Amino acid sequence: MKKIYLGCFLLGTFFANAQTEIDAIMMSKNRFCVGSVYQYSSWDKYWEGTNKRENLNLGKVSTQSIGVMGNYGITDKLNVLFNIPYVITNASAGTMKGQEGIQDLSLTVKYMPFEKKIKNATYSLYALGGYSTPVSNYTVDYLPLSLGLGSQVASFRLMGDYQRGKFFTTVSGAYLFRSNVTIERNTYYTNEMHYTNEVDMPNVININARAGYRSDRLIAEAIVDNWVTQAGGFDITQNNMPFPSNTMNALRLGTNIKYTLKKIPELAFIGGTNYVIDGRNVGQSTSFYGGAFYVINFNKKAK
Amino acid sequence: MKNKIQITISKSLLILLVAFNYACNDDITERNNQFPQLNPTNADELAGTWKPILLTSPDEFPLDAPIATTLPAYTREINEIKSYQANITKDQQAIIDYWSVGGVLRWNEIMRTLVAKHNRPPFQNPDGTYPIPSGANPFANPEFPFSNPPYSARAYAYVSAAQYDAMIAAWHYKKLYNRPAPFVVDATLPVLIPKSSLPSYPCEDAVLAGVTVELLKLLFPTEIAFIQEKAEEEKLYRIISGANVRSDVDAGISLGKKIAAKFIARASTDGAGAAVGNQDLWTLLETQTAATGETPWKSLELPARPPMLPLFGKVKSFLMTPAMVVASRPGPPPSTKSEQFAKELAEIKAFSEDNSKKHQEIVTFWADGVGTYTPPGHWNAIAAEAFVEQNYSEVRWARNMALLNLSMMDAAISCWDAKFFYFNPRPTQMDSSIKTTTGIPNFPAYVSGHSTFSGAACTVLSHILPAKTENFKALAREASDSRMFGAIHYRSDCEKGLILGETVGNFAVARAKIDGAE
Repeated sequence: MKKIYLGCFLLGTFFANAQTEIDAIMMSKNRFCVGSVYQYSSWDKYWEGTNKRENLNLGKVSTQSIGVMGNYGITDKLNVLFNIPYVITNASAGTMKGQEGIQDLSLTVKYMPFEKKIKNATYSLYALGGYSTPVSNYTVDYLPLSLGLGSQVASFRLMGDYQRGKFFTTVSGAYLFRSNVTIERNTYYTNEMHYTNEVDMPNVININARAGYRSDRLIAEAIVDNWVTQAGGFDITQNNMPFPSNTMNALRLGTNIKYTLKKIPELAFIGGTNYVIDGRNVGQSTSFYGGAFYVINFNKKAK
Repeated sequence: MKNKIQITISKSLLILLVAFNYACNDDITERNNQFPQLNPTNADELAGTWKPILLTSPDEFPLDAPIATTLPAYTREINEIKSYQANITKDQQAIIDYWSVGGVLRWNEIMRTLVAKHNRPPFQNPDGTYPIPSGANPFANPEFPFSNPPYSARAYAYVSAAQYDAMIAAWHYKKLYNRPAPFVVDATLPVLIPKSSLPSYPCEDAVLAGVTVELLKLLFPTEIAFIQEKAEEEKLYRIISGANVRSDVDAGISLGKKIAAKFIARASTDGAGAAVGNQDLWTLLETQTAATGETPWKSLELPARPPMLPLFGKVKSFLMTPAMVVASRPGPPPSTKSEQFAKELAEIKAFSEDNSKKHQEIVTFWADGVGTYTPPGHWNAIAAEAFVEQNYSEVRWARNMALLNLSMMDAAISCWDAKFFYFNPRPTQMDSSIKTTTGIPNFPAYVSGHSTFSGAACTVLSHILPAKTENFKALAREASDSRMFGAIHYRSDCEKGLILGETVGNFAVARAKIDGAE
């Protein structure tokens, strides 16, 4: 018998991935912004269904990820972004072995079809299309220590931004289509038995709202993020193992800062933190991240 | 220019959206939905003479003679079938599609579902002790049962053995009363499933439902509503499909229930209820092993959990006497102070660090831990998928499943006997740096349960389907190896477990050779 009863950590990495693309900032034409972000995320309590508990056989479950990401301006209004993280998981107690490896490559096309200045305010609209896919054959059915959920995800996001002076608000909503995943078992029980190694993954809606201060040099914002699994998921029952197609919901609060150096305007640093205030079948994780980005200008006559 | 880009982007996004919507709605095909309708190549007409497990004779429990098919009351039963058939709903058609694959198979699947659903260890009390599920109070927290591997091995065995005896009795009475099937009496009656050449009284599906429901009420008391619903479906399926009239079905239920009572009486005195032990026993196990100079097993769970069913080795087997259990017990594991032990521990430490994807796949495939149908359930699934190809009659299905599950119950008894006789530690207890890629079971290591179950199942299935021997051997070997790859068992546990499994499997094979079915 397995004796470890587990929760889920996965949202941490998803959120880290999402940080750079959900902002209302476009890379201008022929500029390539490349950087790296390190994130540390951990929890010692999780929601087993709606029941919040701890698990002495896991202790503190942590996920570290270091991602390489980039954003290229095809035009001022059209950017492509990528992100690829290396992930390390660990449980501080119990006997279960942590995992490490490359997780999912995500690619995003970000398009700004509308931007208009009315008096002191700027209004803009964005459409984002994303695709992510596992790039290593990590074990999916090993929650909460697996590197990811193994699903190919297509996401479609609409985003609106309002800026007045140095203050702004950005609101976006996304629908994430998740492909079936293949697990190593050929039979599994959700709330019924399935005689297949394929798992139907419920889709997800994500709502993200952020507001704060934004100038050329400094962005400081507060973030509310809500991740809601759609129909088809199910809850972890008491003392059971988590499963990739569990209903995983998380309401998260966070802050994010980006600072661009005065003397080297190509170089910017980011940092932030977020915390899950309510969830379902996920760990109550606290995350910290920090990274640096550098902009390379491919315009021959730039400056 | 800009317009063009805009259009291209919108188009690509749309295509992506459509493509993904399609890809994500891709339906999953499940193996058990692909099984064909049961149409036995051999009806096993003489199965009424096969040797039962617990019944003293096939007519130990009497069954009244049916009314004549020439009576108006019988005609009214035919009319019932016709009235159902005049308007078959979608749900009714689904019931026919589901059950016509075979009653023994479907009940076996239902059992696997119940085992998986209830295979969850109790959550600890605030003071760090653990509550014990109680059959007398099944809805309390924790619910009864915790269908762990020994519990489920015994449950599968009781249901399969009782179904087998019930099928023998059914076949006996079919031949005795020789009542023709409704579609023989009334040639105009449409039949929605393959026609059986057997007499129809009593209905074999109803006998199965009758015997199985009663046993499942005992084994999974919180699931009675669900179990009854399934039984009602199975009865309805026989009538709507035109295979049986209601009096065939009613007689079957009544016969099945009587046979179940005999198995239930046995189950209440087989020692399983006392297998959990108590604090005095748990302490004794530790001190008596320590007294030999060996390191006694310790729970690695937090908080420490009492060992799983330490007295399961004393449960009364169907095929082995207590003396045979002791005689089959493997010799002691390598002493924790021996060179051999150090070598085996080092091997497991190496597995725990190898990060092999292939090993991880094997570990996960065979883990069969919390929330699953357990290793015996895994072997039931393997057997069922092999048997489907054979087009067995229901009585042969029941017989083969009974042999398999009796041997795995014996595997559980013999394996637990060895585990609690030697009470030796897991690799991680001896070297806490050994991390595992599956949960560490909460009982001693020697011998491996997976290996014993697999050795027994492989032996019985290879006897039943000799052409697949190599396939079953490879599966058993892989199941056994998976416990080393996962770093939770030593090589001795696995190798000696496979041998023990083969030993107990051979008791079932010996029975198979003389039960009249071969």
